[in-house]
Amino acid sequence: MFRKLPDPPRHDRVTVHVDGHAVTVSAGDTAAAAVLASGLPYSRTTTVSGSPRAPYCMMGVCFECLMIVDGDPSRQGCQVIVRDGMRIERQLGGRELLS
Amino acid sequence: MTDVYDLVIIGGGPAGLAAAVQASELDLRTVLIDEQPAPGGQIYRSVERAERDGLAARLGPNYQRGASLAGAFRACGADYEAGCQVWQAEAAQGGPGQPPRQWTVHFTRDGQSRSVRGRHLLLASGAQERPVPIRGWTLPGVMTVGAAQLLLKSSRMLPEEPVWIAGSGPLPLLYASQLLSLGGRLAGYIDTTPRGRWRAALPHLPGALANAPYLAKGIMLRWTLLRSGVEIQHAEEIEARGTGRLEAVRFRTARGIREEPARVLLLHEGVIPNAHAAMALGCAQRWDEGQQAFRPETDEWAASSVDGLSVAGDAAGIGGARVAEVGGRIAALGAAHRLGRIGEASRDALSMPLRRERGRHARIRPFLDALFRPNRSVLVPPDDVLACRCEEVTVGGIRQAVSLGAVGPNQVKSYTRCGMGPCQGRQCAPTLAQVIADSTGQPVADVGYPRIRPPLKPITLGELATLAGEGAA
Ligand SMILES: Cc1cc2nc3c(=O)[nH]c(=O)nc-3n(C[C@H](O)[C@H](O)[C@H](O)COP(=O)(O)OP(=O)(O)OC[C@H]3O[C@@H](n4cnc5c(N)ncnc54)[C@H](O)[C@@H]3O)c2cc1C
Ligand code: FES
Repeated sequence: MFRKLPDPPRHDRVTVHVDGHAVTVSAGDTAAAAVLASGLPYSRTTTVSGSPRAPYCMMGVCFECLMIVDGDPSRQGCQVIVRDGMRIERQLGGRELLS
Repeated sequence: MTDVYDLVIIGGGPAGLAAAVQASELDLRTVLIDEQPAPGGQIYRSVERAERDGLAARLGPNYQRGASLAGAFRACGADYEAGCQVWQAEAAQGGPGQPPRQWTVHFTRDGQSRSVRGRHLLLASGAQERPVPIRGWTLPGVMTVGAAQLLLKSSRMLPEEPVWIAGSGPLPLLYASQLLSLGGRLAGYIDTTPRGRWRAALPHLPGALANAPYLAKGIMLRWTLLRSGVEIQHAEEIEARGTGRLEAVRFRTARGIREEPARVLLLHEGVIPNAHAAMALGCAQRWDEGQQAFRPETDEWAASSVDGLSVAGDAAGIGGARVAEVGGRIAALGAAHRLGRIGEASRDALSMPLRRERGRHARIRPFLDALFRPNRSVLVPPDDVLACRCEEVTVGGIRQAVSLGAVGPNQVKSYTRCGMGPCQGRQCAPTLAQVIADSTGQPVADVGYPRIRPPLKPITLGELATLAGEGAA
């Protein structure tokens, strides 16, 4: 859905795995940005109807970016900074939250 | 966690950063906790990094100002917990001879939970964009203008074409010009500001002229857009269409209904206080008719109705970055006085120039509020539109619950589950309140928002377990 500005060449490249596919992003990018750059059409589906969703606010107030980060479910992807080798999975349906 | 801070600040935007600098100048032991990995908040997001790699200069001087504020904060000596989400704050009464209150603030970083204690708490949690419930607003490809701008500032990312912007206010204009100057392209710009708003705003123009540079900037942005050849039109009834993802945007202009292909549709109808934490902590709220939003009641020193808790910056009412910065400093002076660290006379003297500065920056607000007051259809959307994205409750569903006898927002919430999802009402509470008001004929001010229960942010069992571990250690 989004593409990177080409310039200037960055030396802080980081590779993450989105649903198993390697995606190159920059250090400091968020997991949600990585999913948007991955070319996948959506980042989660809802528990209620299974409808596909993608990050909407990027600032932590819509929770549409819930994803599984390194096996940890329901992380807010727009608030998670990538690390080299991070495994990001789209969260389909259910969630494990306290509230 | 035996240390007790004088001041705990939540939020690292202009308000929180300036408050930390001011508090440190007054020798308050201060910690600032912020979700973002670096100082800046929403407006100055990732400004240090952007300054290093040259992006900041291309985004303009108003953005670059953040670099010096971030620098002053880094140098001020306050402790800094970056990349931390605050999920709870609790107050305990102090013993005899102790300050009246002590706060324990819990936050998580990378799935680990920790806490700090402090004598005074300052919420500088900023603003959020007003929800824009239209048909199809949950389709992937539909997001806010602010979201796209954050992707630009912190990830150097541009939306894939065709891109449409639909909205009202300064932010869409600013983002459009930033996008174009970086080589991005816009398929079209839909201005949703109702025609004739200029007339309503005109009486406030003299005040706004005191902020001539700001006004001039707005006119220049509009001019940039006009010159770029991007089609600008006034329209309403914006609708996102597609199966599984956005494929087209449909809208009604004076000449009829149009539908255009779209990959990304960016919406914006102004910003409202991010008052979630203030509400959860029990601060009294006031309805702001001009801004069509609730905001925490604060006194002239930013103190809320809760002892030992202040709210500053956009979280206390939308004023913009410069007003937030000054407001943060004033809140720090108020906290220092409450803690007995400065006398009334020096507090008042220090605040004088700040109040003058704030007055100058605030004078454009009534003009902006009148000009960009949201359309009725944004506040009370048609019945088939989803009000609650998380639990998928429509506006009609809310109306039906009201007609079945649910009188207030808490009842409608338990009937329909509206507001019970992970966002805890951040995206639907404004619509919920407006639709109940519309259905029952009550003023929105009397309806209010549903009660917010802790935690402030949903937290996983794993994160909670790390806190228990810390307590035992
Ligand atoms: C998406 C967006 C983009 C904007 N862009 C511009 C712009 O380009 N130009 C402009 O003039 N104005 C912009 N604004 C308006 C903006 O709100 C103000 O100009 C200014 O940023 C307000 O400053 P502040 O210090 O009050 O809050 P903010 O700058 O919003 O800072 C608040 C900080 O608190 C943090 N926070 C909130 N809750 C928690 C929590 N529970 N735990 C930890 N941290 C938390 C946030 O992550 C954020 O870093 C934007 C607003 C939004 C919502
Ligand atoms: S995109 Fe809205 S919370 Fe992450």
